[in-house]
Amino acid sequence: MATLKLTNVGKTYGGTVDVLKDINLDIETGELIVFVGPSGCGKSTLLRMIAGLERITQGELQIDGRVVNDIPPAQRGIAMVFQSYALYPHMTVRDNMTFALKLAKKSKEEIDAAVSKAARILQLEPYLDRLPKALSGGQRQRVAIGRSIVRDPKVYLFDEPLSNLDAALRVATRIEIAQLKETMPESTMIYVTHDQVEAMTLASRIVVLANKGIAQVGTPLELYERPENEFVAQFIGSPAMNLLAGEIVETGPRTMVKLVGGGTAIAAVETQAADKGLKVNVGVRPEDLTSVQDGAPYIFEGKVNITEALGEVTLLYFDRVGDNDAVIGKLPGIHKGLRGTSVRMTAEPDKVQIFHNGQSLHYR
Amino acid sequence: MDNIVGKKTGLAVAANLTVAILVVLWLIPTIGLLVSSFRDRDAISATGWWRAPFSTEQTFRGRGDTETVTQDGALFILTGNVFDDPEVAPSFPDGPATISAFGTRGNNPGEYTAGTTADLGDGEALLINADGTYRYALPEDPGSRGPRYYIQAKTPPKFTLSNYETVITAGGMGQAFINTLTVTIPATIIPILMAAFAAYALAWMDFAGRSWIIAAIIGLLVVPLQLALVPMLQLHNQVGIGQSFLGIWLAHSAFGQPLAVYLLRNYMIGLPRDIIESARVDGGTDFQIFMKIVLPLSFPALAAFAIFQFLWTWNDLLVAKVFLPSGEATKVMTVKIADDLLGSRGGDWGILASAAFVSIAVPLLVFFSLQRYLVRGLLAGSVK
Repeated sequence: MATLKLTNVGKTYGGTVDVLKDINLDIETGELIVFVGPSGCGKSTLLRMIAGLERITQGELQIDGRVVNDIPPAQRGIAMVFQSYALYPHMTVRDNMTFALKLAKKSKEEIDAAVSKAARILQLEPYLDRLPKALSGGQRQRVAIGRSIVRDPKVYLFDEPLSNLDAALRVATRIEIAQLKETMPESTMIYVTHDQVEAMTLASRIVVLANKGIAQVGTPLELYERPENEFVAQFIGSPAMNLLAGEIVETGPRTMVKLVGGGTAIAAVETQAADKGLKVNVGVRPEDLTSVQDGAPYIFEGKVNITEALGEVTLLYFDRVGDNDAVIGKLPGIHKGLRGTSVRMTAEPDKVQIFHNGQSLHYR
Repeated sequence: MDNIVGKKTGLAVAANLTVAILVVLWLIPTIGLLVSSFRDRDAISATGWWRAPFSTEQTFRGRGDTETVTQDGALFILTGNVFDDPEVAPSFPDGPATISAFGTRGNNPGEYTAGTTADLGDGEALLINADGTYRYALPEDPGSRGPRYYIQAKTPPKFTLSNYETVITAGGMGQAFINTLTVTIPATIIPILMAAFAAYALAWMDFAGRSWIIAAIIGLLVVPLQLALVPMLQLHNQVGIGQSFLGIWLAHSAFGQPLAVYLLRNYMIGLPRDIIESARVDGGTDFQIFMKIVLPLSFPALAAFAIFQFLWTWNDLLVAKVFLPSGEATKVMTVKIADDLLGSRGGDWGILASAAFVSIAVPLLVFFSLQRYLVRGLLAGSVK
């Protein structure tokens, strides 16, 4: 129902400490945008700036084409779900949900209709007259979400809404949020998390924040398959993508890189003749590595130092021949027997990334 | 803490022991006062309050009954029972007691053991038996005025409500009670209301100089109120309030303000920021957030301060003396007790003790009715 436009948005504390700078982002109606990034990257600050709880010190924020930099939170048409739920402890679930509507002096019929609709969507009907302390963590979080829904906001803001829940409940509530989004396809949502599973499963687009700015914006699969830079490459995916140092030896629609330590990698990345000799890092995800027979081309050779069998996959920690960089492989099934053996590994060319100075050559 | 596995350390035992000792130490004077308030004047002056449940040896005096006089040779014999003596009988409403000793001189009332004959010279002799019967032999006709004797007897423990009766029915005590309530209730409510607004502003509103104001309030905590008595009274006189209930309300409100603001501000700043921000996103103005969110959640702190302020204003003598006119119509209980009861019956410990208990009855009631709010976790369930 709403579009957001951030233009050169920045946040400076005390005139000197930059927390965020030059954030440019367009959010379309109906999107679910996830802000993700390491601790302290400013993702919550950015959300709070959109909410109006933090002043925007540089740049401009528009909601539906209207500049809202100086508009107080209540008039921005946003609703926020806090990490700690932030329910009003002395009010029943119903009062919690109607608080905003009563402040806005809505009619009783309107309030009742909004509450019963939200309670039905979130299955909160049996709990409407309970106090928050009589609810479980998941129910409390649903009440917090219900409090947003009744206000029918232009933009929903979620600040790490699942991080206080235990693992099983987190999965269930995550699915509930995904279903909620489907029942309200028109609503725009912004969701902050540090959990990349939440980001990958919920987002229509992910915004990766790092070093006070945006590292990459894209759909979850874009970020996974074609990271723009080494930071995103290593941040998305678990275990992180392996980076192996090398030098371009053949250019063209496919690029061949000779790696320190002896192997060669072929990547489906187009390069120019001038790139020959360029020092690069080759990125390969652990799950894309496969073992090869002797004699076939390989990316690296290494001795399996440790194996971790997780059931559906086995993680292999390699000591590489000729180089000290640690490399991790992830093979389907159980391969405990590989421990101590020397293996050669390779990957499909379209799964291989090439980075120069931290940036992917794919996006040049 | 009790569930933590491991042996209780000696420190924990020492801590418990210390608490127990402190409790006993603090309770002893109170219990003494309570017991004393039920004893009459004579019992208090004869023995300590801890002897109250036991019989006490007391001295009584009487005169020989001259109507029973008979002549036996040169001697005039008086006989009878001391417990029939109109001077002694009222002290023994439950009938005769056992006499342990007797005497004829006030400075040594227990000179002779009961049942032995005391030879007083010149043929004069006195015998008082343990059951109270006596035989007094005199060399001369006693006339209509019998000779003095003193007896010592055990009296059973006696408790009385007469002290309370005296205190409560003392002239103007009811008025003083009403006056005290008239002072304390507004003097508790006004500072809480004012301080709550100030505390919210100091905790949750951003404005220039906020931290300086907080620092100034903390500084005011240590200023003794005696400093302000005279200037404030002068100010009251100048603006026309003078000595009046309004004046003392304002004085108590002002004196209580630093502690109230400090306590409430510290409590409010501890409320979860998320709740306040959530209310702001929900469209609450500062006033609405204060009234609907912060004030209800601050109830434990409000109750705590209300108890402090109520007790302090209830027990206050100094401020009442200064800011209220001295007439009977505006005397509060502390002034009444200090001026009237202490002034006229300063030596009457029973009256003082019962007056003390009459005056702490209401504070005790207030404390016990509000103390549950001090321990109740009002915030349960709001944030994880």
